[in-house]
This record gives sequence, structure tokens and C-alpha cells, in this order.
Amino acid sequence: MLVLGPLGFALPWILTALAALPVLWVILRAMPPAPKQVLFPGVALLRGLLDRMPLAQRTPWWLLLIRMLAIAALILAFSGPVWKPVIERQGSGPMLIVMDAGWAAAPDWASRQSRAERALSDAAAAGRPAALLIADGQAQAGALEFAAADSLLAGLRAAAPVSWSPTLPENPAAALANQPAGELQTLWLSDGMEHANRPEWLAELTSRGPVSVVAQGHPLRALTLQAGDTPVLTLTASDAHPPAILAIGPDPQGIERELARLEPTEGATQDGVTRSPAQIDLPPELRNRISRFQIEGESHAGAVVLADERIKRRKVGLVGDPDRQAEGQQLLSQLHYLRSALGPTSDVVEGGLGDVLDSAPDAIIVVDQVDMPEVGELAEWVDQGGLLIRFAGPRMAADEELVDEPLIPVALRQGGRDIGGALSWGDPRGLAPFAADGVFAGLTAPEEVAVRAQLMAQPSPDLAGRTMASLSDNTPLVTRERLGEGQVVLFHVTANAEWSNLPLSGLFVEMLNRLVATARVTPSQERADSRETPFWNAEMVLDGFGREHPAEGLAPVPAADMAKGPGPDRPAGIYAAEERRVALNAGTEFRLASWPGAQVQSAQVLPGRDLKGLLLAAAAALLVLDVLGSALVAAGGGRWRRGGGGAAAGAVLLAMLALRPDSALAQEINPELIRAADEVALAYVLTGDDRIDETSREGLEGLSRILRQRSSVEPGEPVAIDPDNDDLSMLTFLYWPITDTQAPPSPQAYLRLNHFLRSGGMILFDTRDGDLTGVGGPDMSQSLRDLAAPLDIPPLAPLPDDHVLTRTFYLLEDFPGRWHGNPVWAEAPPADAELQDGMPFRQLNDGVSPVIIGGNSWAEAWAVDQNGYPAFPMGTGFDGEQQREMAYRFGVNLIMYVLTGNYKSDQVHVPALLDRLRVEEELGP
Amino acid sequence: MSLSPAELRARAQAASAHLPGLILSAERLSRLVAPGAHGMRRAGAGEDFWQYRAAEPGESARNIDWRRSARSDVEFVRDREAQTAQSVGIWVSRGQGMDYSGDPERLPKGQRAQLLALALAMVLLRGGEKVGLLGRPARTGRRQVDRMAEGLTGLIPVDTDDDAPSAEAVRTNQRLVIISDFLTETDWVAALLSRATALGVRGVLLQVLDPDEEEFPYSGAVDFRSLSGNMRHDSRDAAGLRDAYLMRLAQRRDWLTAQAQGAGWYFGHHRTDHPPAHALSWLYQVLGG
Repeated sequence: MLVLGPLGFALPWILTALAALPVLWVILRAMPPAPKQVLFPGVALLRGLLDRMPLAQRTPWWLLLIRMLAIAALILAFSGPVWKPVIERQGSGPMLIVMDAGWAAAPDWASRQSRAERALSDAAAAGRPAALLIADGQAQAGALEFAAADSLLAGLRAAAPVSWSPTLPENPAAALANQPAGELQTLWLSDGMEHANRPEWLAELTSRGPVSVVAQGHPLRALTLQAGDTPVLTLTASDAHPPAILAIGPDPQGIERELARLEPTEGATQDGVTRSPAQIDLPPELRNRISRFQIEGESHAGAVVLADERIKRRKVGLVGDPDRQAEGQQLLSQLHYLRSALGPTSDVVEGGLGDVLDSAPDAIIVVDQVDMPEVGELAEWVDQGGLLIRFAGPRMAADEELVDEPLIPVALRQGGRDIGGALSWGDPRGLAPFAADGVFAGLTAPEEVAVRAQLMAQPSPDLAGRTMASLSDNTPLVTRERLGEGQVVLFHVTANAEWSNLPLSGLFVEMLNRLVATARVTPSQERADSRETPFWNAEMVLDGFGREHPAEGLAPVPAADMAKGPGPDRPAGIYAAEERRVALNAGTEFRLASWPGAQVQSAQVLPGRDLKGLLLAAAAALLVLDVLGSALVAAGGGRWRRGGGGAAAGAVLLAMLALRPDSALAQEINPELIRAADEVALAYVLTGDDRIDETSREGLEGLSRILRQRSSVEPGEPVAIDPDNDDLSMLTFLYWPITDTQAPPSPQAYLRLNHFLRSGGMILFDTRDGDLTGVGGPDMSQSLRDLAAPLDIPPLAPLPDDHVLTRTFYLLEDFPGRWHGNPVWAEAPPADAELQDGMPFRQLNDGVSPVIIGGNSWAEAWAVDQNGYPAFPMGTGFDGEQQREMAYRFGVNLIMYVLTGNYKSDQVHVPALLDRLRVEEELGP
Repeated sequence: MSLSPAELRARAQAASAHLPGLILSAERLSRLVAPGAHGMRRAGAGEDFWQYRAAEPGESARNIDWRRSARSDVEFVRDREAQTAQSVGIWVSRGQGMDYSGDPERLPKGQRAQLLALALAMVLLRGGEKVGLLGRPARTGRRQVDRMAEGLTGLIPVDTDDDAPSAEAVRTNQRLVIISDFLTETDWVAALLSRATALGVRGVLLQVLDPDEEEFPYSGAVDFRSLSGNMRHDSRDAAGLRDAYLMRLAQRRDWLTAQAQGAGWYFGHHRTDHPPAHALSWLYQVLGG
């Protein structure tokens, strides 16, 4: 090998070919470029003309240079060039290669392998016996076998880094018992970390011969997780500039991607190792999705922290009075505020106390409940570490045995107190500042938060110690007592806006989140020894490079071993036992190894870099340049440049077209819908059947005319709606004829339709089969079921006689369309609604039925053609026209119902009014 | 690329649309005794009524107008006004060089020449003249346009670079329109003109050239070849040839102008990147003026 400075040549004799380059230069230079062939009719006129200044008959120098460089690159490439070649020092005795094979060796595993391979081949060439010790903890017990070096190559190539810390056999002397005579030369490919048995081995090896250690080529970095109320990641690194930590998990579309970047804070450096903590300060909905944390740019198992229950969000059980069905009463419900406050950050489970307890929540919130039946179980749950949050309320205040109520942090006075009410002195009280060391430390109470009523605590010596928040007059607002391992917290006000406006403020959300965050999440290790889960099964394991693999052929891991961290029979990964999932993470906090008595090589100088490929690529690129240059020269400029310029401009244009952002995706609101919102236009759903769509349009047009004539509702032209594409939020009423050929809307459309229904819209489903139903033939009911199944539709019942729809504008008894006599369905009235004395109808306040379903084919009855004449015949003679009039009246009532809700039902004073009318009649003439 | 007759006709129609029907100038009419559609104010072969005259002895019975004769005792003959149309013969070169176009976006010279020929024929036919391709019967009427379109597109190109009209085809009472690029051998021009002068035939020479032929935009090493491949000129400095080429072209034009003037003809030239209407207007002026 010829070595020139940092460059070595394996086949130096090929370089002699470089001497031929000047000859080549001369030959190439003499070759003129080919003339251009041009067809030209005027050749006759050119005859006999002589060139005044003939074109230079030489190749341009730059083209020559390109060709020369290409050839020179080829010659150099074939002479086997190596950048910084390594010249090995050879010994004569046996050779031992020790490879640390833990995760820390993974990033440059290939170069470690090739380094070891080179050492082995050299040993084989010198006929030295060799042994290979791969320190992955899987080595066979007993003495190392020294063998011919080339027989070890297969084992070396098959070795892969593992996802746990490397381990060396315990007794170095025993392991080296089979060493052949001679000085033992050792090559130790270290990962730079201090681990078990390493000093003993180093001492033993140095005593037997020279040890050269190949140090880690790049900084070591590992990631660990400290679980707790606020889990913290620690980045341990052997350099002082830690990179960011990526939080990776499925995005809302389910695609694995980077969800967040955590920047470690400035860390403390000790013994060359820097520990930088990084708070997992992420919105809970994001945090909940994270499946792994990873150091940016590191690809080994130690850089990965798999997420398990320890960083997942809390599960909160809500116990309270079930909500009433109707929409208007949501704002009165206590649970509504809690649900809104906790929903974004926690998993909320609702139900009876027993059900909630069974779902193993981290915290339970009980709203205004006394004498709970499962109180014994609840107390046991709290005792084992549960967090119970209770809210006061009228029921608690009225309870006569409040003093004896269990699971209350402080003794309460019965009855509570009103402040600032109509019959009390004083103004509503604001909140006192929170204690600086409590759970709520740092929160500021908005000034407008005021408490009008509260439950009062009995004065006692320990009251102050249990108070977490108090009012400006020092009466407690939130109290807490620790019971066993758990705690009980009481809000002395209601969870709705009845007693205070605290639930309306953002403070409420923050207080609840702080409280829920204190709920102890049961760490796996604590439960590991419990008898229910003696074994953990691997679900997914990491290899040394931090890549995920399905767990196959791994024995279940005893619970006791799980606490020891990953090892040979339990690689890092996710382990499951029944419902619970625990991650074993490879990363550990490490110390750097020191190598007394050994010769430490730097990893960088090891591999000589083969330049052959680079040079060949350069030659190929130069030849391509030469082709382009030759074309340029042959074209002689002019025309070629014009064409080439055009092509280049075209290419640039194409690239720009490809890069142009797709502005067509920007959402645009259909102008028809804006008009519909302006004009209170009635809308119908397009079924895809042109005849039926036209009928719907005509029907709504007819109804709009009647409304304009008879009422103050003046709708514009009807609007056709395609639920797949149109935004429904600006509409109030949808007419939806059912056909059996209609394709169901897309899931997004159903989301929009449900939102439409929840936000006060109404859909009139018309099966149009009033002439067929009841005779047993096929009807549209199945289509209706299919189409409406994904909609949020409350329980339905046939319209009762006293439904408000019978009197919103006209007094109606029947709701005919083109057909009549078929039941019309709407949201069922509450079961407990009863007729009161002296009232003509039940008090069914609140809630507009989101759907009306019937089969009377109303659109056909309402339909008018362009001239305003009915489009469909109805019944016979005058009866038919009477029925059409009734159909219109139903339409008017329906639209009134949609627009005004239950306004007409609100007539509590009807009997009095009727009495007065009667009296006036009697007094009158 | 060659045009179908219908296509050529449509384009010619568009090119000639702006010109009114052309009637050859009165001065020449009287000189050549070969008028257009105007009556000759004397009896002769024609279509319009001219006069009744008494039949003369020896008159064929077919000639007697019996209806007029029945009103008197004398037999009358119905004379028609003498009408003779002058004929125009058009010749378009079919040499290989006419297929040349310096840019794919420009039409070849040959197609431009055909277009001009047909458009001119349309204008003339609209004026009632008799038009035909040189060497073929000249006719009047609208059908003649179609025949000429077919004749023009149906011309088989010769496989040499130069093409010349046959001087034998020249007839008296004819006007000639010769369209070519005049880039190759031009001996035939002198022969044609001398024979035409002898017969009292006047006409027009129109040179159609591609812009590349007018400007010679070449440079560097260029191997020029004629379209038939028969002629070639290898140059190592085409840009240096430009001035010489342009000078030779100008000389050729001067020579053609001199020849034309000597024979009472006109000479004009046309570039294919100019609108055909320019050339057509010039032809209109020259023939009608």
C-alpha cells in the first residue's frame, strides 16, 4: 500500500496511467465539434462562397478539462484509494475481543462490528487463536473457548445490540481459564458506560497482556422517567448540550408522528455526566396520546421511554343525579359543569356509585349526595388511596343527620348559610387568596367570583389545617382530610351556579385539575407483588436500536423481576397483566467508565474510508457534464439556447405548479347557505332522485308562500342540502324525504347532522308511504331506520293530543299531508309529566323535538308548480282541498314550532285568562 | 404536412375575404381585346340580350327567334352581346425547396404559395374572370375554385430543387401569375418572359421566401443541404457567410426586377411570416391597377 499523507492507495501501479493524460489532452484537443446539419433551400446562392473566419477547430478548454478530470477520477478510483488507512500493530499471542453489546453500543454498531471483524481477520491471517466475548448477558457460563479467529466471524456478524445494560460474566479468571499460552492481547470495544464486573475484568486483562480500548465515538445519551404526580423525564448525557426530546404518538388520524418537543432544562454536570430534567408539561389530551418519548436523533433503546399508565391521564368518576332529558336543563345540572371542566383533561366515567367504583377511577366526584348506599365500599376505596371530591348542595344542606354523614372532611352545621340573598344582610363573599404552599398555590381568584350560599363548618381546632381555600371572611370553601392513604375533599358550594358563580369561572377548572392531579396513580411496582398479577407478559419489545418488535417466544416475567428493570429474559418493552400495562425502559442513569492501565483509542480514526465509490460517482457526474457541454458546443448556441431556455422555463414552471399549495382545499361556504341563513329559508335534503328532489323543492316553495301570506315568517327560496358537503349550522329546518335508493351520508355528514340536531335544528323525516303502511306491504321504514340509525335521536312516541305542535299557530287535531291517518312521531314527553287540575294540557316545558317522523308525504300536499297551482291531486273534490288546507296548517304550525319552540306551551295562566274572558262575555252586551 | 383541398379553400376564403371581386383594368381590356364580364357593345357570343335583327339568307333556322318573328312578317334573329372573359393562368412552383419552413410554427413556402394562388383565383372568379392553372383550361364560375384547390393540392412535387413552368403553355389573351422562390436556376425566367412578350402576355412574378432565407440567422459550423439533398455547402463560419448571401439574394432580386420590367411584368416578393393579405393586396393592385 502506498501512503501519501492521509491518502493510501491499495493498487498504486494503476496510478501510472495518469501519465497518459497529457497525450490524451492533445488527441482530444484536435477533434473539432461536428458541424450542424441544416436543410436550406438557398444553398444555390451559397455556392462558391468561402468562409471568412472559419470556426476554431478545437474543443473548448473547459470541455477538455471536464473530460480530463473524469478520466483522472476513473484512474484514481481503480487504484484503490483509502482515506486515513489504518495500519495495524500485530502481536503474536492469543487475542480476545470484548464487545459491549448493550443499547449504548447500538448507534455505531456497524462500525464496531467491522472493527472487531478487522481485528479477527488480522488475527486469522497471523494464525493467532482468538476468543470473542459479547457482553450482552446471554453468554454461556463457563470458560471462554479460544479458537481459530476466522471461525468466530459468523458469531460476530450475527450479534446485535440488546435493549438492556451489558453484563460481563462474574468471574474473569474462571472465564479466561482456557487461555492458550502467550501474552493475551485484548481489544475492548467499549460503550463508555460503567457497568457490573467491568473493573474486575479490566484488572484481570491488564495483568495478562496489553489492553486496547476503543472508546465510544459519540456522546452517550439516555432517557429515564420519574413517575409521580408530575412525571419528569431525565436526560442523562455525556455532553453538556442535550438535544430535544420528542413525544411520539398517534395523531387524531391515528398516524404515528411527533406530537411535541420537550426541551430539557439546564442540567447539573457531575463526573462528566449531565442530567437534564424535562417536565412533561403538555395538555392532557396530547399527553394521553403519547406512546413513547425519544431523544431526537438517537437511535438506541436507551433513548426511548415507552409511555404507560404512569403518564396517562386520570380517570374520574362522576356520581350525581342523572340529567334530565331536555336540553334546556343542562345548564341547571351540577354534573354539566364538572363534565365540561374535566372532560378535556381526564377520562370521565358517569353512573351510580357502584358502577363508578367498579371502573377503578383515580378520583371520584360525588355531587350533593347523602346516605349513599355503597358508602362502605367507597370508604374502603378512599382508604386504599382514592381521591374523593364532594360537592355540597341543597340536599346536603337539608339533611338532618349531616353531622353523622361519613366521608366528610370537617363537621358541618346543618342548613348552611345564605349571604347577600333577599332575606339576609351582607354582600356575596369573594374568595380569599390561596395559601402559597397548598394545592391551589399560584392560582388567583377572579374578583367577580362570589359565593351566595355555602355549608358552614363546625369550628374546631383542626379546621384551619384542613382548609384548602376559604372565603374573604375566612369561612372554609374547600376542605380536605386524609383518610388512610387517600383523601376526601369537600367543596362547600354546589357544582352549578346556584350557590356561587365559581363554576362559571376558569378558576373552577383549574382547581379541579389541580385536585385531580393529586390523585395517586397506582404505580406498577407497588402492585407488582400483589397476588392477582404474578406474571407479566410482554406485548411489545424494543431491540437495541430502539425499534419496536412484536413480543414472540418470551416467557412470562415474574412480578418480582419486573422491578429489576430490563434484562436478558425481559427486554425493554411494554408488559401487560390483565388490564394494566407497564413499560420496562432500557435507559438508565449511567456513569462514565475509566480505563486505568489500558491504551484507549479514539473511535473516529478506526475505519479507513474507501474513496472508490466517491470517485466513480464523481467520474460519472463529470461524464454527464461532458455530454451536456458537448451538446452545447454542437448546438453552437443560438437555437439550442432558445429551445433549452424554453425547456428550462417549462421545467421551472412545472416545479412551481407542483409546489403550488392546493388552495382548492380551503373551505368555502356555499353562498346558497348564506342566503338561507339570511332569509330563514326552508331546506330539504337531496336524495339523488330528481323527481323527489323536485317535489321537495315545490313542496317547500308552496309552504313558504303560505307562510308569507299568513304569518310574519317570510322564508326565501327553499335550499337544497347535500349533507355530505354542506355546513348545516346556519339552518333551522330540514325536510328529509326517505327513498329506498338513497345512499347514506358520510360519517362527517352524520357528525354535522348530529351537531345540527343538538344545536336546536329539526329534521322532518317523511317516509312518503302513508298510502301503503298498515297493509303489510314493503314501506320505507327500513330505509328510515338505516339512514337515521347514526343520528342522536331521543326516544320517540306518537304525537300526544296535547303536544304543542297542535297549537303553535292553528289548532289542529290531525297532521295530514297527501295521505292522512298515519301516526306522527316526535320526542317522547317525560314520563313524569302529568295533567294538572284545571289545565287543558300537560306542562311539557322545554325542549323542541329534534325530529318529527311521519309518512304523510307532506311535500306532495304542499307542492305548487311555477304558476302557484297545486302540483299533485289530493283526495276527491272539496274534501281533498280541505285536506290540503290542513296540510298547510300543519306546515305552518311546524315552522312556528321550529322557530318559537314551546312558547305556546308556556301558558300557565290560560285558565285564568279563560275565566276572565268568560266574565267579560257575561258582562258584555 | 400538406393541406387537403377543403382546408386550403377555407384558408384562401379567409385570406381573400377583404378584397372585392377583381376585374382586370379597363386599359388592358381594350388593348388585349380580352375583356372581363363587361359586354363588348356588339353582338357576339354571350349570355345577355343584345338586339333583334332581320334574319339574313343562309341563317340557320335554329337562330331564328320564332316568338319575335311571329309578330311580323320578317324572321328575326336574337343576337346576344359579345362577351369574352380574359383568362388568368397561375403557376406555383413544385420544387423541393418550396417544402421548406424555418420554424415548425410557420407554414412551408409551398403552402403559402398555394394559399395565395387560390385566394387570388377566388378574387378573380368573383370578378367574373376566367382562371386556371397554367396549362389547364381556364374557366369561370364558382366550381372552378374547387377544381383549382384540388389541382393545387394534387400537384405532385418534383424531386429536384428547381421547377419551371413550360413556356409552351403560354397563350395569347392570358395573364400569368408565377409564384416561386426563385432561389435555384432561373434561366427559365428569361425564356418564359421572352415568349410571353412575343405573345403580348403580361404577368406577375412573386417570390415567396421563408424569413430564415431572408435573414440567414446561422452561425458556427453548418453543413447546408438543399431539401432534395442534391446540393450541399459545408461552412465552418456560417455567420461570416451572411453578408455574402444577402448580397447574392439582393442581386437575384435586382435581376428579376429588371427582367420583369423589360417584359412589362411586375416582380414582388413575400415572406411567410408576413400575413398573406399583404401579398394578395399587392397582387390585386398590380393585376387590377
